[in-house]
Amino acid sequence: MRSTPTAATLILGALPYGEAPEDVLIAEGRIAAVGPDARIQAEQLQEVTTIEAAGLIMLPGMVDLHTHLREPGREDAETVETGSRAAAKGGFTAVHAMANSSPVADSAGVVEQVHRLGRASGWTEVYPVGAVTVGLAGERLAELGAMAESSAQVRMFSDDGMCVHNPVLMRRALEYVKTVDGFIAQHAQEPLLTEGAQMNEGDVSAVLGLPGWPAVAEESIIARDVLLAQHVGSRLHICHVSTAGSVEIIRWAKERGIDVTAEVTPHHLLLTDELVRGYDPVYKVNPPLRTGADVEALRAGLADGTIDIIGTDHAPHPTQAKECEWSAAAMGMTGLETALPVVIKTMISTGLMGWRRFAEVTSIKPAQIYRHAHQGRPLKPGEPANLILVDAGATQTVDPAGHASKGRNSPFRGMELPGAVRATFLQGHPVVLDGELNSPLSEAAARAAEQSQVQS
Amino acid sequence: MRHLLSTADLSHAQALSILDTAEEMAAVSTREVKKLPTLRGRTVVNLFFEDSTRTRISFEAAAKRLSADVMNFSAKGSSVSKGESLKDTVQTLEAIGADAIVMRHWASGAAAQLAASDWTDCAVINAGDGTHEHPTQALLDALTLRRGWSAAQGQDPRGTDLTGMRVLIVGDILHSRVARSNIWLLRTLGADVGLVAPATLLPVGVEKWPVNVYYSLDEALGSGPEAGPDAIMMLRVQAERMGGAYFPTAAEYTRRWGLTDERLARLEAHRGAAGQRPMILHPGPMNRGVEISAAAADSPMNQVLDQVSHGVSVRMAVLHLLLSSSERNTA
Amino acid sequence: MTRSPETSHVMSASDMDRALTRIAHEIVESHRGVEGLLLLGIPRRGTILARRLGERLARIDPAFDPEQAIGSLDITLYRDDLRAHGARTPEPTKIPGAGIDGATVVLVDDVLYSGRTVRAALDALQALGRPAVVRLAVLVDRGHRELPIRSDHVGKNLPTSRDERVSVLLDEVDRVPRSEEAVVIQRGRASQAGER
Repeated sequence: MRSTPTAATLILGALPYGEAPEDVLIAEGRIAAVGPDARIQAEQLQEVTTIEAAGLIMLPGMVDLHTHLREPGREDAETVETGSRAAAKGGFTAVHAMANSSPVADSAGVVEQVHRLGRASGWTEVYPVGAVTVGLAGERLAELGAMAESSAQVRMFSDDGMCVHNPVLMRRALEYVKTVDGFIAQHAQEPLLTEGAQMNEGDVSAVLGLPGWPAVAEESIIARDVLLAQHVGSRLHICHVSTAGSVEIIRWAKERGIDVTAEVTPHHLLLTDELVRGYDPVYKVNPPLRTGADVEALRAGLADGTIDIIGTDHAPHPTQAKECEWSAAAMGMTGLETALPVVIKTMISTGLMGWRRFAEVTSIKPAQIYRHAHQGRPLKPGEPANLILVDAGATQTVDPAGHASKGRNSPFRGMELPGAVRATFLQGHPVVLDGELNSPLSEAAARAAEQSQVQS
Repeated sequence: MRHLLSTADLSHAQALSILDTAEEMAAVSTREVKKLPTLRGRTVVNLFFEDSTRTRISFEAAAKRLSADVMNFSAKGSSVSKGESLKDTVQTLEAIGADAIVMRHWASGAAAQLAASDWTDCAVINAGDGTHEHPTQALLDALTLRRGWSAAQGQDPRGTDLTGMRVLIVGDILHSRVARSNIWLLRTLGADVGLVAPATLLPVGVEKWPVNVYYSLDEALGSGPEAGPDAIMMLRVQAERMGGAYFPTAAEYTRRWGLTDERLARLEAHRGAAGQRPMILHPGPMNRGVEISAAAADSPMNQVLDQVSHGVSVRMAVLHLLLSSSERNTA
Repeated sequence: MTRSPETSHVMSASDMDRALTRIAHEIVESHRGVEGLLLLGIPRRGTILARRLGERLARIDPAFDPEQAIGSLDITLYRDDLRAHGARTPEPTKIPGAGIDGATVVLVDDVLYSGRTVRAALDALQALGRPAVVRLAVLVDRGHRELPIRSDHVGKNLPTSRDERVSVLLDEVDRVPRSEEAVVIQRGRASQAGER
């Protein structure tokens, strides 16, 4: 069933940002009313669905700047459709599809295709990320302008999976994206320092005999790039920060007023390289799982604002890519459907932050980084109704077999995690209800919403 | 004990049990009939994803002396090189009726993954995995060292360990599965372990290992006849580490870390607490003139041939203990 | 030491002494002397009993040299029931200098039950050489043979049921004082073939 955004929903007794309960009326894709007005206005409407939401926390829909949807090219791992479903179930109302598809999203044609597929699926908003260099090869700039001017209107450019390691090319890329009002998201990994690297270099790699991936390979690139960004006056985003040293460098850069933002993945907030001891490739990821001290520093950095956002780095792989020798296995973990519980476990349950900050790091700030006008908005009348309802008291045992993503490579398999997404509203339409997929937003509605976004 | 994956998993009692059993196995090879009926009707598969004729032959001899049936599966030139997964290969072997898989693999952790998987119920013996471990090599080295150490003290080796023995391991610790396995086992058996290597060939974090680390072999050899090691284990220098990547030249390596004639002379002058000469070990094959001089390779102090025969005894012991384990049969 | 009420003594230390002395005399008599005689104990208790028999033989005939005529024969690696019982570290096999070829070998064990241990010992002997005669001496024969094997010298024939366990408690192994050494039966415990 494809419903239209004109259908109205009255949400009773939800707790916006985990604070005092309010009734919220959603109509015509927007928040129509908050508080006592909601019931009054609802009575004027013909058709209203009512949701009892007492005790559920209402938050702006989460925005992921770092998602791998694998299409085109690796549809056996994930498609835009399955990845969008996973995003909706995970509470994301917008995802940004990284460029390392096959072919690489380095041309207007590919980014338009991904964008079109996302709109057709209707479960979440899909924004393609453009490659910085042709074929992610790190040799020459891709047509950033053409991607920016395409119907996909790309603003975010990244060679994620690969580092733009050539300093001259990185400088030029930082300068060039200014002309399209975009930004570069850097995958910070010095390639020569990580040749053949399999896991974090440290006490565990020394014992396991796996080639190490030193923290300095990440930190040296971040240090270089913040200085480059300062020099040319560009916006720089650092993907998946994984080490304590990286947090220090970013803190220093921000103190100097450099326009840098940083993201951390849920898995780097929870898991450490100790898990590699069993050689289970489900724990193989780029950047690698680090030490307990790094995890602590990342949590502290996210709490104090040094790290701006959560990015899932959702990276689904087919079974055979993980059911093999560690060094032959693919890097990456799924994350869309576990991000919210993991952030609750690591940041909320630990008392490191509250729900307002949760909304900032999962929604408000990533939307601002991309400069979305309709995502990550306040829960106020007149704002686009991209929001979620969360049962913070629920616990669930992670079972990848039940995930909407095609990927079964969840490192959280079997873990009991707090919190569950009960509903996801995309432009006012409930794509997820009672924790299950409901129905997608119609393509026409999605297009209409996008139009209104352009006008706003 | 269900599998042998790493010497780090071995308790003191388990290590002694393997070594004591190996002593009995060694005695069998001096008998008129060198074969034991112990593993009659059992099938041992040597699954080698990496060439190693020495190790394979040693395991094959061990299994045959215990009357097991032996199948050799060389993954080179087989379906594995055509992209067959480890899982499919192992399940095929299981279907053929293997009871134990002796696996040499280029990937660190491959044996541990196999043991942890539900692909097979076979006992898994790690015959060298990447740059991780090579436990039977360490056990045969320990058997060799214990023979010498107990003989110097006029003891029967059975039931004894290496308490107080000073052992130097010299060379590429970073990439050596032999070194890792030896370090954990020697420490379990009570030996003092010194590592000697250029800093480029030592793993990050080595300072937390229960060993002494020396950048200079001359310093590690000490001065004065009492200061020297009771045994020195020379690791093979791999050709691909030469040529400037980890150390400048083979000649510089030999000058600083090789067991040269001059250092051999110093070793010959050493006397242990019981008046014994130090032992020289090498996992083979030796690079004569690189990490070990010809004179040191041929010295009577060199145990390399004993190591080879001890390899068969130790592997017999491991196969016996794993394949006759009741744990496995009740599991 | 404390024992469960299910335990009963069937031989005392002095019973055991007398039985060994009798067996020593029987051996000398049936072998017509001690020349070419080789006692091989089956570890662990058989080895101790062989040594004690040897002391008596030397007293009966000083030509018996315990150094040259007593050894031990471990049969762990020759058992056919390891799958049921699990591996243990083999005890040393010690054969005196002259070897077993042409000798009269007396295998010595504490308890004869299924006969599987003795079968394994015969296999082990075959791997070591070719004795002229092989005989068997045991302290206790508890019956329930599973193989056509009998003992030549028996300390005590002891009718038992399969759910009983017969234990020979010795100073050297079980750390009981010499005077409290004993053969005991424990009841109510299912025993498996090959067990004592």
